[in-house]
Amino acid sequence: MKYSGIWILAEQDGGRVQRISYELLTRGRELAEKRNTDLTAMIFGHDINADDLQELIDCGADRVVAMEASELEHFLVEPYSACMLRIIEEYRPEIIIAGATSTGRTLMPYVAIKAHAGLTADCTVLDIEADTGNLLQTRPAIGGNILATIKTPSHRPQMATVRPRSTKPAAKQPGRSGEIIRLEATADLLTSRVRRVGFEASEESHSLQDADVVVAVGRGIKKSENIPLMQELADALDAALGASRDVIDRGWMSYPHQIGLSGKTVTPKFYLGAGVSGSIQHLAGMQTAETIVAINTDPDAQIFNVADFGIVGDLFEIVPVLTEKIRQVKGNG
Amino acid sequence: MRIIVPIKQVPETNAVRMDEETGTMIREGVEAIINPLDLYAIEIAIRMRDEHGGEVVVISMGPPKAVKALREAIAMGCDSAVLISDKAFAGADTWATSYVLAGAIKRIGGYDLIICGERATDGDTGQVGPGIASFLELPVASYIGKVDSVAEKSCRVHRLVETGYEVLEVDLPAVLTVVKEIADPRLPTLRGKQKARKMDIPTWAGGDLKVEPDKLGLNGSPTRVVKIHKPTVARNCQKVAAADEQAVEQAVDQLVAFLQGKDLM
Ligand SMILES: Cc1cc2nc3c(=O)[nH]c(=O)nc-3n(C[C@H](O)[C@H](O)[C@H](O)COP(=O)(O)OP(=O)(O)OC[C@H]3O[C@@H](n4cnc5c(N)ncnc54)[C@H](O)[C@@H]3O)c2cc1C
Ligand SMILES: Nc1ncnc2c1ncn2[C@@H]1O[C@H](COP(=O)(O)O)[C@@H](O)[C@H]1O
Repeated sequence: MKYSGIWILAEQDGGRVQRISYELLTRGRELAEKRNTDLTAMIFGHDINADDLQELIDCGADRVVAMEASELEHFLVEPYSACMLRIIEEYRPEIIIAGATSTGRTLMPYVAIKAHAGLTADCTVLDIEADTGNLLQTRPAIGGNILATIKTPSHRPQMATVRPRSTKPAAKQPGRSGEIIRLEATADLLTSRVRRVGFEASEESHSLQDADVVVAVGRGIKKSENIPLMQELADALDAALGASRDVIDRGWMSYPHQIGLSGKTVTPKFYLGAGVSGSIQHLAGMQTAETIVAINTDPDAQIFNVADFGIVGDLFEIVPVLTEKIRQVKGNG
Repeated sequence: MRIIVPIKQVPETNAVRMDEETGTMIREGVEAIINPLDLYAIEIAIRMRDEHGGEVVVISMGPPKAVKALREAIAMGCDSAVLISDKAFAGADTWATSYVLAGAIKRIGGYDLIICGERATDGDTGQVGPGIASFLELPVASYIGKVDSVAEKSCRVHRLVETGYEVLEVDLPAVLTVVKEIADPRLPTLRGKQKARKMDIPTWAGGDLKVEPDKLGLNGSPTRVVKIHKPTVARNCQKVAAADEQAVEQAVDQLVAFLQGKDLM
């Protein structure tokens, strides 16, 4: 049987479909149009919200395949991969795309080995050769210094992960219809040698990726004692505080705050970076922000190449004035 | 317990320069180091051994010069090392790399844990750890930020996910991939360096492993790199200088006006 159709891995948390799923629908829809084929969303979980499954259809899926069992409530690599492999066996997808999330980055390689499939991580651009169906997967490599385009000429399915927040989530389109298949996952798929025995939520790391406004601190801040200066600016702007890797490596802020290639990708409406040089690795995590503002003493700092507005000057002089000004303006607004 | 740590030798990418014309990396003069994220795997493995006894075996698949990375790991405190090297491995993607490393791990045998770095800074995929687990039919727990406890048949770990930490209990043997916050890597000691210099490090080629020749290297790799190019980024930056107090005031006013114009305040 030949392999056909574009599939995405939708994700749920507590039975609610997560944002990444809709971002993947945007990617998947484009590919499905080009290849002139169907788009299916697969999802694993327990008691998944029915309206949410319908919303996957409304937002671009032609079909939803949901496999459910109480053991699938949270991601566990063995049952999830067994389910995905079952789907590959049964439906023979030509392409599977997942988010480069903690789930996607673990599940996809585990499955790709067993399916003898090619897998490309962290793609930023996905395209398709209409005649061969070869997926053209473009991703940063060597610390973001180059972009490599990768394809999988003779193995199917073709598998790829894409960074969260690297595309806009698909919007609802009126009048779409599609098929929703809800399956009870069978017991043979559900054994796991990993058990989830607890969870510790951390709010700050979550808010960074979801924030509409992000303030980023770079090494220009000079020492950890100066971080509150930026925190105040962030508070005034109602922004989440992030940082470059240098700041994290020096222990001035914790790892969940890292923005960039080896940290988080943020796509806020507004990013403000102070004392950030704009290394290619940092840019990889924030250059899709709608508006970018940079403050840097060095007029040639790379960050200005991607900025919409830049102030060349000392952040220690500028930031306090800016914070005060914003408070005033907001206070009057 | 026996802990196996697969490490990769990578170019010092912080210092990477690119050939503008060909879009390839200039490798001359670029130092080869242990993948920085693998140092965390080495560190936690050594700590676990110190606490629970046993040994840490480091392995690396790469060219003969990768033996230097293995000696550095010994100098940090690992007990033994194996270099996995064969021309037939060249051009391996993560599928073929995981395949060979899994083959080598099978030959070592008797392991309780395999601990990988989160990702290598050159290939930068983070796929090899889960890939090894898949070939060995082992469970994997990725993005581990903390090891709470280790017992004979299982360990309890904290896994860093988007919204916090999952607490997982993992049956052994298992594969872990670890993130930075797990432990601060130690520096090699003088005694360690002496030991490393004298250590006999065997090299295993394809023929020493139970692997099928057609699954090795480029031939065994499902993926192909078809194009390399340089990323381009550019926006039109409205740049203002703020050299003195007055200029700072002005620049801030301009910025605020700019943000108001975009409805961002
Ligand atoms: C594989 C790999 C992955 C990486 N991943 C990431 C990643 O995910 N995220 C990331 O950020 N980096 C990453 N890096 C590191 C990256 O290469 C840079 O080292 C890092 O981003 C630099 O951080 P920075 O801009 O804060 O510091 P620097 O490059 O040191 O820049 C500091 C800037 O502050 C300015 N400055 C100094 N004083 C002041 C002042 N008083 N007022 C205003 N400006 C001032 C300086 O002009 C300079 O431009 C990665 C590197 C590699 C090799
Ligand atoms: N050639 C290799 N030899 C040994 N270990 C490797 C090799 N490549 C990758 N690894 C291990 O797998 C992890 C993830 O690498 P990668 O999937 O290439 O990002 C690394 O941190 C290492 O622990």
